[in-house]
Amino acid sequence: MLLEMRDICKNYPQGREVVKILKHVDLTIDQGDYLAIMGPSGSGKTTLMNLIGCLDVPTSGTYRLDGEDVSKASENRLADVRNSTLGFVFQSFYLLPKLSARENVALPLLYAGVKKRERLRRAEEALKMVGLGERIDFMPNQLSGGQQQRVAIARAMINRPKLLLADEPTGALDTASGRQVMDLFDELNENGATIVLITHEPKVGARARRLRRILDGALLPEEGSENDGEA
Amino acid sequence: MFENISLAFQGIWGHKLRSFLTMLGIIIGIASIITIVSTIKGTNDQIKESLIGSGTNAVTVQLSQSGSAYDMSWQGPPAGVTPVSEETLAELAGLDNVVAASLFSVRQVYDAAVCYGSASWSGYLYGVDENYFAAAGYRRTAGRGFLPEDFAAFRKVAILDGTAASVLFGSASPVGEVLEVRGEPFTVVGVVDRAAAGQFAIETYRDYEMYYGDSSNGRVFIPLGDWPIVYRFDEPQGVILKAASTDDMTRIGQQAEDLLTASQISADAAQDGFAYQSDDLMEQAAKIQELSNATNNQLLWIAGISLLVGGIGVMNIMLVTVTERTREIGLKKAIGARKRRILWQFLTEAAALTSIGGILGVAAGVGLSRFIASAMGTPSAVSYPAIAVAVLFSMLIGVIFGMIPAVKAANLNPIDALRRE
Repeated sequence: MLLEMRDICKNYPQGREVVKILKHVDLTIDQGDYLAIMGPSGSGKTTLMNLIGCLDVPTSGTYRLDGEDVSKASENRLADVRNSTLGFVFQSFYLLPKLSARENVALPLLYAGVKKRERLRRAEEALKMVGLGERIDFMPNQLSGGQQQRVAIARAMINRPKLLLADEPTGALDTASGRQVMDLFDELNENGATIVLITHEPKVGARARRLRRILDGALLPEEGSENDGEA
Repeated sequence: MFENISLAFQGIWGHKLRSFLTMLGIIIGIASIITIVSTIKGTNDQIKESLIGSGTNAVTVQLSQSGSAYDMSWQGPPAGVTPVSEETLAELAGLDNVVAASLFSVRQVYDAAVCYGSASWSGYLYGVDENYFAAAGYRRTAGRGFLPEDFAAFRKVAILDGTAASVLFGSASPVGEVLEVRGEPFTVVGVVDRAAAGQFAIETYRDYEMYYGDSSNGRVFIPLGDWPIVYRFDEPQGVILKAASTDDMTRIGQQAEDLLTASQISADAAQDGFAYQSDDLMEQAAKIQELSNATNNQLLWIAGISLLVGGIGVMNIMLVTVTERTREIGLKKAIGARKRRILWQFLTEAAALTSIGGILGVAAGVGLSRFIASAMGTPSAVSYPAIAVAVLFSMLIGVIFGMIPAVKAANLNPIDALRRE
């Protein structure tokens, strides 16, 4: 089991009220899974993604990631976990505009303490893997949206993360580019990557091998569980 | 670290105009400080140089009464002050960093005259020992100096300084001529002159006496052993000490004062206000330097205020930068940058910004002080320690004023930071 959430709650203060964003969430993900979490906006799926991604800690409950209880880990420890265990793909790419594609991809390795030459070599490799081997020295504004998202995916994969987290990865893309990005996810998953995809688009969610719906802060029971066993 | 620095320079280069305007406060502040310091140093160096050149580090210690030099020409030797003994002189010569020690007696004479001639002279007559000319910084320009035999045989020989020579003999050579002092004939054997003339600050009558009072008509020197021939045996003498370096002069002067006052002056004479007083050129230099430093220190404070304003400008721009780059910070945190790394990134950027400002300010300051020096004819000297301090200090300003923006950046919550558009 790569990831195990038990009875996770997340509350946010809002004025004098306390808003319960997540209510008693249980979730397990195994190595090699490809899970989509679907829900309308305001359902709590982004909060759940932040918790899975160790960008936030739960109000209560336990969260074990790769054998480690991270529900009460320190800020520095969470940063290290994000760096070594997780890879992030965001809706709006978040590439640094002043860095080339290769430098953007190499950035997580800087925080992992990898030497510069090695960083750039591995970044080039990762860019080739996402089909951008010809554009390693392009600046983000010289790339199309789909290409930028593929650079972001290369950046997410550069540290060989245990878990790839994608938050509406096709939300800012046209249909054709979106399909390419989804094809890339399929390919990564076939090569062994564990992927959690957060989306509100049924078409995108349908590409995943498992699907969980979230509504009003609660995860609904899994439908048509085709992949319950160990991967 | 290196990564941060190169990123910082990229960031600064990426906003050339903004960075330059931000630096401007630092540039102006550092430039004015460098200008002021260069002017101070230039003036002080000039003062020191002209004094070192003139005095060859000579400290003169003379008997004084109630603060002004005691002139035996009027009142004769005072009671209760004994002549300096060989032992005391040896003790003075043994003080730290004393190169030479010399005894001398001095009186004004009014009736010296050239034998077989018409010229007469009034001025200062010095009885000197064999070390005097070296210690006081005289150079021989004609004839010879005093020989050991002159002292041993009490030969009646005299040496003139340039002024006395020209008053008595005009342009003719005085060597071999005979001079009559208080009825005694002295054969002139040589002419000496001060190694160089300095500029002195004349603030008291005593200063005037020390540097100009006895030199209007020049000086005549005779061997100290001959002094009783023209005056008396028991006259207290003055001492000239040559210091190894200019910086030792004040201390040597004070030690000699204490030693001589303690050994030569009786309790009664001390009661009457007798004491040995030193007047060294460093003290003179310090007086002048103090004067110019006092005004310049106020200028330095004002320049410091412009640095403060510059620092606040840097803080302001760094806060704007942090806000502008919120998403960058959020992303970096999301992919694993620790708090400390973000903190360092922004501190480095602020420090790089102000350091560049400091370096540009130093360049501008050096240029400006050169320009002022040549335009107004005032001295200026580049002080390398001041430059190093200025650059380090401007870096420190960046760290201090960059701290609040950097802490703000480091404390950003990655979720909020990423959500902000």
